Amino acid sequence: MELVKPEFGLIFWMSISFLIVVFLMRKFAWGPILSSLKERETSIEEALNAAKKAKEDVANLKAENERILQEARNERDLILKEARETKDMIVNEARSKAQTEGDRMITIAREAITNEKLAAITELKNQVATLSIEIAEKVIRQQLSNDDKQKALVQEMLKDVKMN
Amino acid sequence: MLKNKRLAIFSVLTFLVFTLIFSINVAQDSTHNQLPDNEDHSTAAVAGADGHVAEAHAEAGHAEEKLNAGKIIMEHVADAHGWHLWGHTEIPLPIILYSSERGFAMFSSSRFDHGHKTYNGYMLKGQKVVAVDEMGEMDAHHATINDAVTKTIFDISITKNVASIFICCGLMLLIFTNIAGAYTRKRKGLAPTGLQNAMEPIIMFVRDDLIKPSIGHKYEKYLPYLLTVFFFIWIANLMGLIPVFPFGANLTGSISVALTLAVFTFIIVTVNANKNYWEHVFMMPGVPKGVLVLLTPIEILGVFLRPFVLMIRLFANITAGHIIALAFFSLIFIFGQNGPGVGLAVSPLTLIFTVFMTVLELLVAFLQAYVFTMLSAVYIGAAVEDHHH
Repeated sequence: MELVKPEFGLIFWMSISFLIVVFLMRKFAWGPILSSLKERETSIEEALNAAKKAKEDVANLKAENERILQEARNERDLILKEARETKDMIVNEARSKAQTEGDRMITIAREAITNEKLAAITELKNQVATLSIEIAEKVIRQQLSNDDKQKALVQEMLKDVKMN
Repeated sequence: MLKNKRLAIFSVLTFLVFTLIFSINVAQDSTHNQLPDNEDHSTAAVAGADGHVAEAHAEAGHAEEKLNAGKIIMEHVADAHGWHLWGHTEIPLPIILYSSERGFAMFSSSRFDHGHKTYNGYMLKGQKVVAVDEMGEMDAHHATINDAVTKTIFDISITKNVASIFICCGLMLLIFTNIAGAYTRKRKGLAPTGLQNAMEPIIMFVRDDLIKPSIGHKYEKYLPYLLTVFFFIWIANLMGLIPVFPFGANLTGSISVALTLAVFTFIIVTVNANKNYWEHVFMMPGVPKGVLVLLTPIEILGVFLRPFVLMIRLFANITAGHIIALAFFSLIFIFGQNGPGVGLAVSPLTLIFTVFMTVLELLVAFLQAYVFTMLSAVYIGAAVEDHHH
């Protein structure tokens, strides 16, 4: 029965020392230990979260890059298409312009040719007329160079007049 | 495979040696009976191998011839006013007494000379200090006990267990302030090493697997107390398993220590208990009035029963472990009474048993600390639990 009888002295010392120990341990052991453990846990958790976030960021960045690349590609295609169109347009325009210019020049040339021809024909006519007169003058002069001939001519002419 | 074979061969050999020596002893029995005083001699010789038993044997008085294993074991399990080392050598511990009749008295327990002398009007009766009429120093066997004064004595002596409490507390403070230092000053922010590395998983285990699930989100307030309880019980249990000074006291197996711890838990539960808890004790919600008449007394009893069971469990487990280990060990000397040969023959077997028990006690040491802490946490958890209906 001695074994199960609580002893006052032991309870007294146990209470005092245990209370002191709890107090001291709380202040000098558990406090720092638990707070550092917690600190470490939070820091690990934060690091993990940061890593996760970084991963997400990288993924996002990749997607963004892909998107930008795609956009650039599209833009390039668009620009190329536009350039092609512009080129075609410019070429077509140039071609049509050249065509009209050519036509116009041909027309002018044709008109000029006609004018020149007419002028040439007129001049030729005049020249022929002048030459004819000159030739006629020379011929007449020759025929009328002596009196016999003049008389013959007058005779002839008179002959004609008599007929009338 | 090889290990198993070796173990089998070893046990068979042990058994053979045991039976051989036993049979030799039986053969010698006839001669032994013819020499009755031979028994005393052999007992003393074998008992002399172990100081504890020899001393207990001597203490039991020379009048007692037979070895009283039960008495020896109980003396080892119980508290004492001196710290026994070996043979007749023991460290005297201070005796501090307060009596309303005689005031304070403080002196060394060596003054009592193992209970053979009175001092300053006191003497030892077993391990209990009692008052005597004679004030001088004299032979204790002739002193007359003064019961009236004895009743007024408050014995706050530093007994073996009290000294053990101090040692245990000192060890705890040393270990954990050292660890705390590692967390804050020396290696702040670095990976844990050494002692810190060994204790950290245990601290985290107690915090995360024991206290947190038992109490819930309010656990942080109770962490210092519960962690201290856990490590106090564990270290005290382990100290009890080491048989040499300054360890070996049956500290957690002392009912006073178990009672103090249980009372602390009870106080914490009662102080922190919320309305919900008291409601469940006195007016269990959702129970008909007629049943309440039956249930409320049970619940009120339960409030006190829980710390009581906490106390008994710790006390009984540790004391039982000590008793069994000592009983196995005492078998050597009980058998030794039949001649030194028998004692020697039994010794390997009892040694195996004792080692086995000690290993088991190592487990129990942790287990009891675990159980006490967990149940304390569960009681606290029940008291501070939020309303869930």
